[in-house]
Amino acid sequence: MIPELGHFSLILALVLALVQAIVPMVGANRNRIALMAVGRPAAQGQFLAIAFAFGCLTWAFLTSDFSLQLAAVNSHTDTPLIYKITGVWGNHEGSLLLWALSLSLWTVAVTVFSRNLPDAFMARVLGVLGWISAGFLSFTLITSNPFDRLLPAVAQGRDLNPLLQDAGMIIHPPLLYMGYVGFSVAFAFAIAALLSGRMDAAWARWSRPWTTVAWVFLTAGIAVGSGWAYYELGWGGWWFWDPVENASFMPWLLGTALIHSLAVTEKRGAFRSWTILLAISAFSLSLLGTFLVRSGVITSVHAFATDPRRGLFILALLVVVIGVSLTLFAWRAPKLSGGGSFGLVSRDATLLGNNVLLAVATGSVLLGTLYPLFLDALNLGKISVGPPYFEAVFVPLMTPVVVLMVLGPFVRWKGDGVGRVLRPLLPVMVASIAIGLGVAFAVGHVTVRTVLGLVLASWVLLGSARLLASRFAERRGASAAAVLRGIPAAWWGMWLAHVGIGIFIIGATMAGSLNERLDVKMQPGQTAQLAGYTFTFRGVADAPGPNYDAARATIDVTRSGIPVATLHPEKRFYVAQQMPMTEASIDIGPFRDVYVNLGDRLDDGSWVVGLFYKPFISWVWLGCLLMAVGGVFAASDRRYRRLAEREAPAGAARRTT
Amino acid sequence: MKPRSKRLLLVAGAVALLVGAVALVLNAFQQNLVFFHTPTEVAEGKAPVGRAFRIGGMVETGSIRRAADGVTVQFAITDTAKVIPVSYKGSLPDLFSEGKGAVVQGTLGPDGQFQASEVLAKHDENYMPPEAQHAVDQAKKAAQTVAQ
Amino acid sequence: MKAKFLVPLALFLVLAGFLGYGLQLNPREVPSPLVDKPAPEFRLATLAAPDTALGAADMRGEVWLLNVWASWCVSCREEHPVLMELARDKVVPLVGLNYKDTRPEAIAWLEAHGDPYTTSVVDADGRVGIDYGVYGVPETFLIDRQGVIRYKHIGPVTREAVRDVLLPKIAELARAS
Repeated sequence: MIPELGHFSLILALVLALVQAIVPMVGANRNRIALMAVGRPAAQGQFLAIAFAFGCLTWAFLTSDFSLQLAAVNSHTDTPLIYKITGVWGNHEGSLLLWALSLSLWTVAVTVFSRNLPDAFMARVLGVLGWISAGFLSFTLITSNPFDRLLPAVAQGRDLNPLLQDAGMIIHPPLLYMGYVGFSVAFAFAIAALLSGRMDAAWARWSRPWTTVAWVFLTAGIAVGSGWAYYELGWGGWWFWDPVENASFMPWLLGTALIHSLAVTEKRGAFRSWTILLAISAFSLSLLGTFLVRSGVITSVHAFATDPRRGLFILALLVVVIGVSLTLFAWRAPKLSGGGSFGLVSRDATLLGNNVLLAVATGSVLLGTLYPLFLDALNLGKISVGPPYFEAVFVPLMTPVVVLMVLGPFVRWKGDGVGRVLRPLLPVMVASIAIGLGVAFAVGHVTVRTVLGLVLASWVLLGSARLLASRFAERRGASAAAVLRGIPAAWWGMWLAHVGIGIFIIGATMAGSLNERLDVKMQPGQTAQLAGYTFTFRGVADAPGPNYDAARATIDVTRSGIPVATLHPEKRFYVAQQMPMTEASIDIGPFRDVYVNLGDRLDDGSWVVGLFYKPFISWVWLGCLLMAVGGVFAASDRRYRRLAEREAPAGAARRTT
Repeated sequence: MKPRSKRLLLVAGAVALLVGAVALVLNAFQQNLVFFHTPTEVAEGKAPVGRAFRIGGMVETGSIRRAADGVTVQFAITDTAKVIPVSYKGSLPDLFSEGKGAVVQGTLGPDGQFQASEVLAKHDENYMPPEAQHAVDQAKKAAQTVAQ
Repeated sequence: MKAKFLVPLALFLVLAGFLGYGLQLNPREVPSPLVDKPAPEFRLATLAAPDTALGAADMRGEVWLLNVWASWCVSCREEHPVLMELARDKVVPLVGLNYKDTRPEAIAWLEAHGDPYTTSVVDADGRVGIDYGVYGVPETFLIDRQGVIRYKHIGPVTREAVRDVLLPKIAELARAS
């Protein structure tokens, strides 16, 4: 009964989405306030309906209702409670429902937090979001209904894929989807701007916090996903340039470009058509990512069972959404004239440079991801494009981005003098090169990659320190606390995110060049040496879990005779899925991780053990965390709230005239 | 600077950037594309020697042998028509087992032994890696045309 | 309308074309190379009696169906009522290939849901499944009197598939002799 209620509720949501898509749009075109006003309650009702459907689905999983096909395939009575809940979205149908839920959540957020938008503009934004929602809800209902019954019910479910039974998978999909889907708001603002012809600084100011918050979610989601891959896939890698990863990384790159381009549009009124195009493209790449993951056209380590009918439906959705918006862009964008002019040495120019580089980098990732498909389509053979391609292209393209990133905040808008900009930065430049080379020599790993990474990281961190110092220099005489308090939140956001990039580069460089690995056969009592650590294999004991059997090893780690950690890697066997799983054990430290996994048991009673030493690896995620925190600061800037207050009477005035 | 020449400089910069990026991509493609070959193609000498490529197929039943060091594994990969011996050092993926689909990446030695640097198996129990299935399908298709 | 603003749209349309073509390449849409080839021979113990065996050769002279199933397979539940109807109508012999399953679980499953199979044979390690190129469970093969595979159905058998494909093909094969 409850699944039927959920199904009904989802149909109701589709009806409301269609109302939200059509009525306010008509109202905006005919200038009828009553019709425009329908958008808000329709969006809120739609959210309630989808949330209710999601609740029904969760209920079926929690109560192990195996007459529901989705629960039967993805859950089990012995599945731990938390994985019963995450099992709801650990599958195709449920994750689509999560997609729809986060879209409606974003829509409701727009109705609540952007109350002061002009009525017609708000109506168009809600209309666009309504169309997207209607598309995804019909996709869910027609091709992937999560409420399909399995009658008669099975006695026991098949359990959730063991790979997904992990703490990281609890929050990774919701964060990632909130990020992906969040770009729909920037997209809707862009389309509404094209429709209404309103594309000014105020428009950019409205879009900025939404874009930033979506970017924060996406950053956090990607970071958690990479953390999951790091310890769950069992070989200590944290980024594989896998198509599914690229699908989330491309919108992130363009989203980053969009945040910066919006800054120029807000401050200087420039780059307007480019900003619009970025907003459309970032969301298009989110949709494309959904298509790549859900249609199975690209093979990936993330195997999702696929269905060509579903692929066709998403492709049609993709063509309609992106095709219509790009056509609208080609039609309306030429009317958006340039904005202020700027010199070659200006903040505008550095941001433009970064934007173009980020867009080109996105293109190169897109090309690498889709190239196997192109060759296959043209019958030129089956290939795979691996990490070496992406590294060879991505690193050189990102190097100038990182250089410009530090320069940008030192340069004035519109035009500046080369000397004035470089004076404070020359010592930073010299120091970064010295530190980069020095550290590389000190750790005995002098390669282009390592030196480049270290120089860039020092450049970012020292440059950021110099930037903060110049804030103090500007207000000589004021107390330190007063200076710090005087800095707006948006500036802190920029500063933290840039520092985060520096930290991230240190982590990626050091973990990439100094990691050590040893696969070794071990008997109880035997020891192995790696990177100055001594690993003693104490033996293996049975350690059954709720829905799996496991062999659990005990490995003591010491350094110069001092105990460091006792690690317990496991080899699990998930009973219902009949699937083995390696569960790595990690001693996490600020400057290094010691990572151990348990391989196969050999006939003589010994075990194959994988030992890894990963210097600075946690800095990768620390960097991402700082970027996300920076985004939160930027989005919370008082300016946006003040703006809301200031816009209100203006909007009211327009209405009366 | 005149607006006109500034514009020219910007356009030139953009073009230079694009050319640079295209050169990077082409160069990276040249060096880093990994082609798939079926065991039959490898046996017929169609695969490059000394350059990394991938083989898709099934792990032949009864072929897995471990060397004395415990971490070097020998096995054979087959598309049901031809069999290629593979040697790999390291931990194997969880779902790697005899009779199951797998994809190996590495180089072909002069002795016809494939030195794998990477072994991939699917995360999902129900389906074979598409490349492995592709290899088996190709072999069956070939057998069919020979029979006719 | 300036041409340069049409560039993104044009690029996207090319991309969409490739993506659409990519969908056609879905690996599971590849026609089975086994169709119109002799069914691979096997000799396996039957589920009901471990000491009796059955092989494809024993079915020579009859049009029959080979259905790959397992007690752990959820989609098999979906097609089960359809198979029961087929069995009730006694259209053709239906041989079950119990794939990568355990004997007690398989027997319990048939007791719980009904047994549509003339005979089920045990392919515990899935080796026969490999010979038949089984991608996933369930799959169903239609084999003619000469022991040649005439049709392969991937995924659960539906009533529509029986009515529109299997029954007409069976009738045709029965006439052909």
